[in-house]
Amino acid sequence: MIYLDNAATSFPKPAETIDRLNDFVRNIGGNPGRSGHTLSLEAARIIFEAREKLTAFIGMEDSERLIFTLNGTESLNMALLGFLEAGDHVVTSSMEHNSVMRPLEYLRRVRGVSYTPVPCCADGFIDLEHLRKAVAGKTKAVVINHGSNVTGAIQPLREIREAIGDVCLIVDACQTMGSIPFDMKENAADILCFSCHKSLYAIQGVGALYVREGIELAPLKFGGTGSRSESIEHPMFLPDRYECGTPNTPGIASLLGGLSFIERRGLANITKKKQALRSRLVDGLTKIPGVRVYGHRPRDAGSYLAIVTFNIDGMLASHAGYELNKRSLFVRIGLHCSPVAHQTIGTFPAGGLRASPGYFTEESDIDIFVEAVRAIAGK
Amino acid sequence: MPENKFLLVFNTIHDVLRAEKILKQHKVPNELIPVPRNLSSDCGMSILLEGDIATVTGYIGQVPAVGVYSFDGQEYVPVIIGHH
Repeated sequence: MIYLDNAATSFPKPAETIDRLNDFVRNIGGNPGRSGHTLSLEAARIIFEAREKLTAFIGMEDSERLIFTLNGTESLNMALLGFLEAGDHVVTSSMEHNSVMRPLEYLRRVRGVSYTPVPCCADGFIDLEHLRKAVAGKTKAVVINHGSNVTGAIQPLREIREAIGDVCLIVDACQTMGSIPFDMKENAADILCFSCHKSLYAIQGVGALYVREGIELAPLKFGGTGSRSESIEHPMFLPDRYECGTPNTPGIASLLGGLSFIERRGLANITKKKQALRSRLVDGLTKIPGVRVYGHRPRDAGSYLAIVTFNIDGMLASHAGYELNKRSLFVRIGLHCSPVAHQTIGTFPAGGLRASPGYFTEESDIDIFVEAVRAIAGK
Repeated sequence: MPENKFLLVFNTIHDVLRAEKILKQHKVPNELIPVPRNLSSDCGMSILLEGDIATVTGYIGQVPAVGVYSFDGQEYVPVIIGHH
Protein backbone atom coordinates (compact mmCIF):
# COMPACT_ATOMS: atom_id res chain seq x y z
CA MET A 1 0.00 0.00 0.00
CA ILE A 2 1.05 3.56 -0.61
CA TYR A 3 -0.23 6.14 1.84
CA LEU A 4 -0.54 9.60 0.30
CA ASP A 5 -2.73 11.33 2.85
CA ASN A 6 -0.17 12.89 5.17
CA ALA A 7 -2.05 16.18 5.04
CA ALA A 8 -4.81 14.44 7.00
CA THR A 9 -2.41 12.80 9.42
CA SER A 10 1.09 11.43 9.08
CA PHE A 11 1.54 7.72 8.56
CA PRO A 12 3.60 5.79 9.34
CA LYS A 13 4.98 7.35 12.50
CA PRO A 14 8.68 7.11 13.25
CA ALA A 15 9.79 4.49 15.77
CA GLU A 16 10.56 7.21 18.32
CA THR A 17 6.90 8.25 18.40
CA ILE A 18 5.69 4.73 19.03
CA ASP A 19 8.42 4.01 21.57
CA ARG A 20 7.56 7.06 23.67
CA LEU A 21 3.85 6.27 23.45
CA ASN A 22 4.43 2.68 24.42
CA ASP A 23 6.75 3.59 27.27
CA PHE A 24 4.25 6.01 28.72
CA VAL A 25 1.27 3.70 28.55
CA ARG A 26 3.17 0.64 29.76
CA ASN A 27 5.42 2.11 32.41
CA ILE A 28 4.29 5.53 33.53
CA GLY A 29 0.59 6.10 33.03
CA GLY A 30 0.01 8.67 35.75
CA ASN A 31 -2.23 11.73 35.57
CA PRO A 32 0.23 14.61 35.27
CA GLY A 33 0.60 17.08 38.10
CA ARG A 34 -2.44 16.06 40.08
CA SER A 35 -1.28 13.51 42.58
CA GLY A 36 1.83 13.73 44.68
CA HIS A 37 3.26 10.38 43.64
CA THR A 38 6.13 9.46 41.37
CA LEU A 39 4.02 8.32 38.41
CA SER A 40 2.09 11.58 38.41
CA LEU A 41 5.34 13.54 38.60
CA GLU A 42 6.87 11.50 35.77
CA ALA A 43 3.82 12.26 33.64
CA ALA A 44 4.11 15.94 34.51
CA ARG A 45 7.78 15.95 33.56
CA ILE A 46 6.95 14.51 30.14
CA ILE A 47 4.44 17.28 29.51
CA PHE A 48 6.90 19.90 30.74
CA GLU A 49 9.66 18.59 28.51
CA ALA A 50 7.35 18.50 25.49
CA ARG A 51 6.18 22.02 26.22
CA GLU A 52 9.75 23.34 26.43
CA LYS A 53 10.91 21.49 23.31
CA LEU A 54 7.95 22.56 21.22
CA THR A 55 8.32 26.18 22.36
CA ALA A 56 11.97 26.14 21.26
CA PHE A 57 10.98 24.43 18.00
CA ILE A 58 8.75 27.36 17.03
CA GLY A 59 11.46 29.86 17.97
CA MET A 60 10.01 31.14 21.22
CA GLU A 61 11.12 31.05 24.87
CA ASP A 62 8.17 31.35 27.22
CA SER A 63 6.95 27.77 27.47
CA GLU A 64 4.01 28.64 29.73
CA ARG A 65 2.45 30.30 26.67
CA LEU A 66 2.54 27.04 24.71
CA ILE A 67 -0.80 25.36 25.27
CA PHE A 68 -1.56 21.76 24.40
CA THR A 69 -4.92 21.11 22.76
CA LEU A 70 -6.74 18.22 21.13
CA ASN A 71 -5.92 19.26 17.55
CA GLY A 72 -5.46 22.25 15.27
CA THR A 73 -9.20 22.80 15.19
CA GLU A 74 -9.40 23.16 18.95
CA SER A 75 -6.46 25.57 18.89
CA LEU A 76 -8.23 27.69 16.27
CA ASN A 77 -11.46 27.67 18.24
CA MET A 78 -9.64 28.77 21.39
CA ALA A 79 -7.96 31.55 19.43
CA LEU A 80 -10.99 32.82 17.55
CA LEU A 81 -13.68 32.41 20.18
CA GLY A 82 -11.28 33.56 22.87
CA PHE A 83 -10.05 36.68 21.12
CA LEU A 84 -13.00 38.08 19.16
CA GLU A 85 -15.86 40.08 20.63
CA ALA A 86 -19.09 41.58 19.35
CA GLY A 87 -18.49 44.21 16.69
CA ASP A 88 -14.97 43.06 15.87
CA HIS A 89 -13.85 42.84 12.25
CA VAL A 90 -11.65 40.07 10.95
CA VAL A 91 -9.77 39.77 7.68
CA THR A 92 -9.08 36.30 6.36
CA SER A 93 -8.30 34.59 3.05
CA SER A 94 -10.31 32.64 0.49
CA MET A 95 -8.22 29.52 1.11
CA GLU A 96 -9.13 28.84 4.72
CA HIS A 97 -9.98 25.48 6.22
CA ASN A 98 -13.42 25.01 7.76
CA SER A 99 -11.77 25.10 11.17
CA VAL A 100 -11.35 28.82 10.56
CA MET A 101 -14.49 29.44 8.46
CA ARG A 102 -16.93 27.67 10.75
CA PRO A 103 -15.84 29.47 13.93
CA LEU A 104 -15.90 32.78 12.02
CA GLU A 105 -19.34 32.04 10.66
CA TYR A 106 -20.56 31.12 14.15
CA LEU A 107 -19.09 34.34 15.52
CA ARG A 108 -20.78 36.29 12.74
CA ARG A 109 -24.20 34.84 13.42
CA VAL A 110 -24.10 34.71 17.17
CA ARG A 111 -21.64 37.36 18.31
CA GLY A 112 -21.90 40.03 15.64
CA VAL A 113 -18.32 39.65 14.39
CA SER A 114 -17.84 40.59 10.75
CA TYR A 115 -15.24 39.11 8.44
CA THR A 116 -13.81 39.85 5.00
CA PRO A 117 -12.24 37.04 2.97
CA VAL A 118 -9.44 38.39 0.76
CA PRO A 119 -9.26 36.66 -2.62
CA CYS A 120 -6.37 34.34 -3.50
CA CYS A 121 -5.31 33.44 -7.02
CA ALA A 122 -6.20 30.08 -8.54
CA ASP A 123 -2.95 28.59 -7.16
CA GLY A 124 -3.97 29.74 -3.69
CA PHE A 125 -1.70 32.72 -2.97
CA ILE A 126 -3.24 35.75 -1.29
CA ASP A 127 -3.55 39.09 -3.09
CA LEU A 128 -1.37 41.32 -0.89
CA GLU A 129 -2.72 44.60 -2.27
CA HIS A 130 -6.25 43.54 -1.59
CA LEU A 131 -5.19 42.41 1.89
CA ARG A 132 -3.65 45.80 2.63
CA LYS A 133 -6.88 47.53 1.63
CA ALA A 134 -9.11 45.11 3.53
CA VAL A 135 -7.48 45.84 6.89
CA ALA A 136 -9.39 48.83 8.23
CA GLY A 137 -9.39 50.86 11.42
CA LYS A 138 -11.50 48.48 13.40
CA THR A 139 -9.92 45.23 12.15
CA LYS A 140 -9.16 43.25 15.28
CA ALA A 141 -7.39 40.29 13.70
CA VAL A 142 -6.12 38.79 10.48
CA VAL A 143 -6.45 35.00 10.26
CA ILE A 144 -4.33 33.25 7.66
CA ASN A 145 -3.86 29.64 6.63
CA HIS A 146 -0.06 29.47 6.38
CA GLY A 147 -0.01 26.44 4.09
CA SER A 148 -3.04 25.36 2.07
CA ASN A 149 -4.26 21.83 2.65
CA VAL A 150 -5.66 21.91 -0.90
CA THR A 151 -2.99 23.37 -3.22
CA GLY A 152 -0.09 23.39 -0.79
CA ALA A 153 0.45 27.14 -1.40
CA ILE A 154 2.57 28.66 1.36
CA GLN A 155 1.49 32.22 2.19
CA PRO A 156 4.31 34.76 2.63
CA LEU A 157 3.94 35.65 6.30
CA ARG A 158 6.54 38.38 6.32
CA GLU A 159 4.87 40.21 3.43
CA ILE A 160 1.51 39.67 5.07
CA ARG A 161 2.79 41.26 8.27
CA GLU A 162 4.04 44.26 6.26
CA ALA A 163 0.67 44.60 4.55
CA ILE A 164 -1.38 44.51 7.76
CA GLY A 165 0.76 46.55 10.17
CA ASP A 166 0.26 45.91 13.89
CA VAL A 167 -3.04 44.07 13.71
CA CYS A 168 -3.14 40.76 15.57
CA LEU A 169 -2.09 37.98 13.18
CA ILE A 170 -3.53 34.54 13.85
CA VAL A 171 -1.75 31.84 11.88
CA ASP A 172 -3.08 28.38 11.08
CA ALA A 173 0.13 26.40 10.66
CA CYS A 174 -1.41 22.91 10.69
CA GLN A 175 0.21 21.93 7.39
CA THR A 176 3.43 23.92 7.59
CA MET A 177 4.61 23.03 11.10
CA GLY A 178 7.30 20.38 10.76
CA SER A 179 7.23 20.58 6.96
CA ILE A 180 9.16 23.82 6.60
CA PRO A 181 11.19 25.86 9.10
CA PHE A 182 9.01 28.06 11.30
CA ASP A 183 10.27 30.86 13.50
CA MET A 184 7.51 32.73 15.27
CA LYS A 185 9.87 35.47 16.37
CA GLU A 186 10.87 36.06 12.77
CA ASN A 187 7.51 35.85 11.09
CA ALA A 188 5.74 37.87 13.77
CA ALA A 189 2.63 35.77 14.19
CA ASP A 190 0.73 36.74 17.32
CA ILE A 191 -1.33 33.63 17.89
CA LEU A 192 -0.13 30.37 16.41
CA CYS A 193 -2.36 27.30 15.98
CA PHE A 194 -1.23 23.93 14.69
CA SER A 195 -1.65 20.16 14.74
CA CYS A 196 0.98 17.94 16.28
CA HIS A 197 -0.18 14.74 14.57
CA LYS A 198 0.77 15.75 11.04
CA SER A 199 4.37 16.75 10.34
CA LEU A 200 5.36 16.72 14.01
CA TYR A 201 4.61 12.96 14.07
CA ALA A 202 2.62 12.76 17.33
CA ILE A 203 -0.32 10.38 17.35
CA GLN A 204 -3.76 11.83 16.74
CA GLY A 205 -5.26 13.81 19.58
CA VAL A 206 -2.55 16.46 20.01
CA GLY A 207 -2.49 20.05 18.84
CA ALA A 208 -0.96 23.24 20.18
CA LEU A 209 -1.51 26.96 20.53
CA TYR A 210 1.07 29.66 21.28
CA VAL A 211 -0.16 33.02 22.49
CA ARG A 212 2.30 35.89 22.35
CA GLU A 213 2.80 37.89 25.53
CA GLY A 214 0.37 40.75 25.80
CA ILE A 215 -2.51 38.87 24.21
CA GLU A 216 -5.38 37.71 26.36
CA LEU A 217 -7.76 34.97 25.32
CA ALA A 218 -10.96 34.22 27.18
CA PRO A 219 -10.79 30.51 28.04
CA LEU A 220 -13.28 28.18 26.40
CA LYS A 221 -13.16 25.58 29.13
CA PHE A 222 -13.05 25.77 32.87
CA GLY A 223 -12.17 23.08 35.32
CA GLY A 224 -9.66 21.26 37.41
CA THR A 225 -6.02 22.16 36.90
CA GLY A 226 -4.29 20.58 39.87
CA SER A 227 -3.46 24.08 41.06
CA ARG A 228 -5.11 26.47 43.52
CA SER A 229 -7.53 23.63 44.15
CA GLU A 230 -8.94 25.34 47.23
CA SER A 231 -10.59 27.84 44.92
CA ILE A 232 -13.56 27.41 42.61
CA GLU A 233 -12.30 30.32 40.51
CA HIS A 234 -10.52 29.29 37.33
CA PRO A 235 -6.85 30.32 37.52
CA MET A 236 -5.45 33.28 35.60
CA PHE A 237 -1.86 32.01 35.41
CA LEU A 238 -0.48 30.03 32.50
CA PRO A 239 -0.54 27.39 31.21
CA ASP A 240 -3.28 26.22 33.59
CA ARG A 241 -5.70 28.91 32.45
CA TYR A 242 -6.06 27.23 29.06
CA GLU A 243 -5.45 23.62 30.02
CA CYS A 244 -7.86 21.96 32.39
CA GLY A 245 -8.86 18.38 32.89
CA THR A 246 -6.67 15.43 32.04
CA PRO A 247 -4.51 16.10 28.98
CA ASN A 248 -3.62 13.62 26.26
CA THR A 249 -0.45 12.63 28.06
CA PRO A 250 0.22 9.54 25.90
CA GLY A 251 -0.17 11.76 22.83
CA ILE A 252 2.14 14.41 24.23
CA ALA A 253 4.69 11.71 25.10
CA SER A 254 4.49 10.58 21.47
CA LEU A 255 5.16 14.18 20.40
CA LEU A 256 8.49 14.04 22.22
CA GLY A 257 9.35 11.07 20.02
CA GLY A 258 8.30 12.97 16.91
CA LEU A 259 10.38 16.03 17.80
CA SER A 260 13.35 13.82 18.54
CA PHE A 261 12.97 12.19 15.12
CA ILE A 262 12.89 15.58 13.39
CA GLU A 263 15.97 16.66 15.29
CA ARG A 264 17.80 13.48 14.31
CA ARG A 265 16.93 13.70 10.61
CA GLY A 266 17.19 17.48 10.43
CA LEU A 267 14.23 19.64 9.45
CA ALA A 268 16.13 20.95 6.42
CA ASN A 269 16.50 17.39 5.10
CA ILE A 270 12.83 16.66 5.68
CA THR A 271 11.83 19.86 3.86
CA LYS A 272 14.13 19.05 0.95
CA LYS A 273 12.85 15.49 0.56
CA LYS A 274 9.21 16.54 0.66
CA GLN A 275 9.80 19.24 -1.91
CA ALA A 276 11.50 16.76 -4.22
CA LEU A 277 8.57 14.37 -3.82
CA ARG A 278 6.14 17.15 -4.65
CA SER A 279 8.08 18.10 -7.79
CA ARG A 280 8.20 14.49 -8.94
CA LEU A 281 4.48 14.08 -8.35
CA VAL A 282 3.51 17.28 -10.15
CA ASP A 283 5.87 16.52 -13.06
CA GLY A 284 4.41 13.05 -13.41
CA LEU A 285 0.77 14.09 -13.19
CA THR A 286 1.04 17.07 -15.52
CA LYS A 287 2.43 14.78 -18.24
CA ILE A 288 -0.80 12.78 -18.31
CA PRO A 289 -3.27 14.18 -20.86
CA GLY A 290 -6.55 15.04 -19.21
CA VAL A 291 -5.13 15.38 -15.72
CA ARG A 292 -5.42 18.84 -14.23
CA VAL A 293 -3.22 19.82 -11.28
CA TYR A 294 -4.33 22.81 -9.21
CA GLY A 295 -1.61 25.10 -7.98
CA HIS A 296 1.55 24.16 -9.75
CA ARG A 297 2.44 27.17 -11.82
CA PRO A 298 6.16 27.78 -11.52
CA ARG A 299 7.13 29.99 -8.63
CA ASP A 300 10.07 30.24 -6.28
CA ALA A 301 11.18 26.79 -5.19
CA GLY A 302 9.56 26.09 -1.89
CA SER A 303 6.37 28.06 -2.46
CA TYR A 304 4.32 24.89 -2.10
CA LEU A 305 4.04 22.11 0.45
CA ALA A 306 3.94 18.49 -0.67
CA ILE A 307 0.17 18.60 -1.15
CA VAL A 308 -1.21 18.18 -4.66
CA THR A 309 -4.86 18.35 -5.64
CA PHE A 310 -5.81 17.19 -9.12
CA ASN A 311 -8.64 15.90 -11.24
CA ILE A 312 -9.03 13.57 -14.21
CA ASP A 313 -11.14 15.14 -16.95
CA GLY A 314 -14.48 13.48 -17.37
CA MET A 315 -14.15 11.43 -14.20
CA LEU A 316 -15.62 12.18 -10.81
CA ALA A 317 -12.96 12.46 -8.11
CA SER A 318 -14.91 9.98 -6.03
CA HIS A 319 -14.75 7.40 -8.79
CA ALA A 320 -11.06 7.93 -9.45
CA GLY A 321 -10.39 7.74 -5.73
CA TYR A 322 -12.28 4.47 -5.53
CA GLU A 323 -10.14 3.04 -8.35
CA LEU A 324 -6.99 4.22 -6.63
CA ASN A 325 -8.11 2.71 -3.33
CA LYS A 326 -8.66 -0.65 -5.07
CA ARG A 327 -4.98 -0.49 -6.01
CA SER A 328 -4.08 0.32 -2.38
CA LEU A 329 -3.14 3.87 -3.24
CA PHE A 330 -4.56 6.08 -0.51
CA VAL A 331 -5.51 9.68 -1.27
CA ARG A 332 -8.21 12.00 0.01
CA ILE A 333 -11.14 12.85 -2.21
CA GLY A 334 -13.69 15.62 -1.97
CA LEU A 335 -13.53 19.11 -0.57
CA HIS A 336 -10.85 18.50 2.06
CA CYS A 337 -12.78 20.48 4.68
CA SER A 338 -12.18 23.59 2.64
CA PRO A 339 -15.12 24.48 0.43
CA VAL A 340 -13.80 28.03 0.08
CA ALA A 341 -10.43 26.82 -1.22
CA HIS A 342 -12.18 24.69 -3.81
CA GLN A 343 -14.29 27.70 -4.78
CA THR A 344 -11.06 29.65 -5.22
CA ILE A 345 -9.45 27.04 -7.47
CA GLY A 346 -12.66 26.35 -9.38
CA THR A 347 -13.46 22.82 -8.25
CA PHE A 348 -16.53 23.46 -6.16
CA PRO A 349 -18.70 21.50 -5.48
CA ALA A 350 -17.24 18.34 -6.98
CA GLY A 351 -13.87 18.70 -5.27
CA GLY A 352 -10.78 16.81 -6.29
CA LEU A 353 -8.22 14.14 -5.45
CA ARG A 354 -5.52 15.15 -3.02
CA ALA A 355 -2.20 13.32 -2.80
CA SER A 356 0.09 14.35 0.04
CA PRO A 357 3.37 12.42 0.26
CA GLY A 358 5.32 12.46 3.50
CA TYR A 359 8.89 11.97 4.65
CA PHE A 360 8.46 8.19 4.50
CA THR A 361 7.18 8.22 0.91
CA GLU A 362 9.70 7.00 -1.66
CA GLU A 363 10.28 8.18 -5.23
CA SER A 364 9.17 4.75 -6.45
CA ASP A 365 5.85 5.23 -4.60
CA ILE A 366 5.29 8.44 -6.57
CA ASP A 367 6.10 6.68 -9.85
CA ILE A 368 3.70 3.81 -9.10
CA PHE A 369 1.01 6.31 -8.18
CA VAL A 370 1.46 8.36 -11.34
CA GLU A 371 1.29 5.20 -13.47
CA ALA A 372 -1.91 4.19 -11.75
CA VAL A 373 -3.47 7.59 -12.42
CA ARG A 374 -2.44 7.23 -16.04
CA ALA A 375 -4.09 3.80 -16.23
CA ILE A 376 -7.28 4.99 -14.54
CA ALA A 377 -7.45 8.01 -16.83
CA GLY A 378 -7.37 5.53 -19.69
CA LYS A 379 -4.14 6.98 -21.05
CA MET B 1 25.93 31.10 55.43
CA PRO B 2 23.62 28.76 57.31
CA GLU B 3 22.71 25.69 55.23
CA ASN B 4 19.12 24.99 56.01
CA LYS B 5 16.14 23.36 54.39
CA PHE B 6 13.72 25.59 52.51
CA LEU B 7 10.38 24.96 50.92
CA LEU B 8 9.31 26.75 47.75
CA VAL B 9 5.64 26.79 46.86
CA PHE B 10 4.43 27.66 43.36
CA ASN B 11 1.11 28.28 41.64
CA THR B 12 1.39 25.54 39.09
CA ILE B 13 3.25 22.30 38.44
CA HIS B 14 4.69 24.07 35.39
CA ASP B 15 6.58 26.49 37.65
CA VAL B 16 7.60 23.67 40.00
CA LEU B 17 9.22 21.82 37.09
CA ARG B 18 10.85 24.98 35.73
CA ALA B 19 12.42 25.54 39.13
CA GLU B 20 13.41 21.88 39.44
CA LYS B 21 15.20 22.04 36.08
CA ILE B 22 17.16 25.14 37.14
CA LEU B 23 18.07 23.71 40.54
CA LYS B 24 19.30 20.53 38.85
CA GLN B 25 21.50 22.61 36.53
CA HIS B 26 23.03 24.33 39.55
CA LYS B 27 23.33 21.05 41.47
CA VAL B 28 21.15 22.23 44.36
CA PRO B 29 19.87 19.14 46.21
CA ASN B 30 16.09 19.16 46.08
CA GLU B 31 13.02 16.97 46.35
CA LEU B 32 9.49 17.45 45.15
CA ILE B 33 7.00 16.91 47.96
CA PRO B 34 3.27 17.49 48.21
CA VAL B 35 2.50 20.95 49.56
CA PRO B 36 2.05 20.50 53.32
CA ARG B 37 -1.63 20.68 54.13
CA ASN B 38 -1.20 23.30 56.80
CA LEU B 39 0.31 25.65 54.24
CA SER B 40 -2.22 25.15 51.49
CA SER B 41 -5.06 22.87 50.65
CA ASP B 42 -3.75 22.71 47.09
CA CYS B 43 -3.07 19.32 45.59
CA GLY B 44 0.08 20.81 44.18
CA MET B 45 3.75 20.09 44.60
CA SER B 46 6.43 22.06 46.28
CA ILE B 47 10.21 21.88 46.31
CA LEU B 48 12.15 21.10 49.46
CA LEU B 49 15.75 22.07 49.01
CA GLU B 50 19.01 22.48 50.87
CA GLY B 51 21.09 25.53 50.33
CA ASP B 52 21.51 29.21 50.84
CA ILE B 53 18.15 30.73 50.10
CA ALA B 54 19.53 33.99 48.73
CA THR B 55 21.67 32.13 46.20
CA VAL B 56 18.84 29.81 45.24
CA THR B 57 16.38 32.63 44.66
CA GLY B 58 19.06 34.21 42.49
CA TYR B 59 19.01 31.08 40.30
CA ILE B 60 15.27 30.72 40.03
CA GLY B 61 14.42 34.42 40.15
CA GLN B 62 12.25 34.32 37.04
CA VAL B 63 10.03 31.54 38.36
CA PRO B 64 7.38 33.12 40.57
CA ALA B 65 7.35 31.35 43.95
CA VAL B 66 4.20 32.19 45.89
CA GLY B 67 5.69 31.11 49.19
CA VAL B 68 9.14 30.53 50.65
CA TYR B 69 9.49 28.79 54.00
CA SER B 70 12.37 27.59 56.10
CA PHE B 71 12.02 24.10 57.52
CA ASP B 72 13.72 22.99 60.71
CA GLY B 73 12.42 19.42 60.61
CA GLN B 74 9.19 20.30 62.38
CA GLU B 75 7.74 23.55 61.23
CA TYR B 76 7.56 25.67 58.12
CA VAL B 77 8.26 29.31 58.83
CA PRO B 78 7.66 31.95 56.16
CA VAL B 79 10.87 33.61 55.04
CA ILE B 80 11.29 37.11 53.65
CA ILE B 81 14.09 37.12 51.08
CA GLY B 82 16.78 39.75 51.45
CA HIS B 83 17.07 39.53 55.19
CA HIS B 84 19.84 37.42 56.71
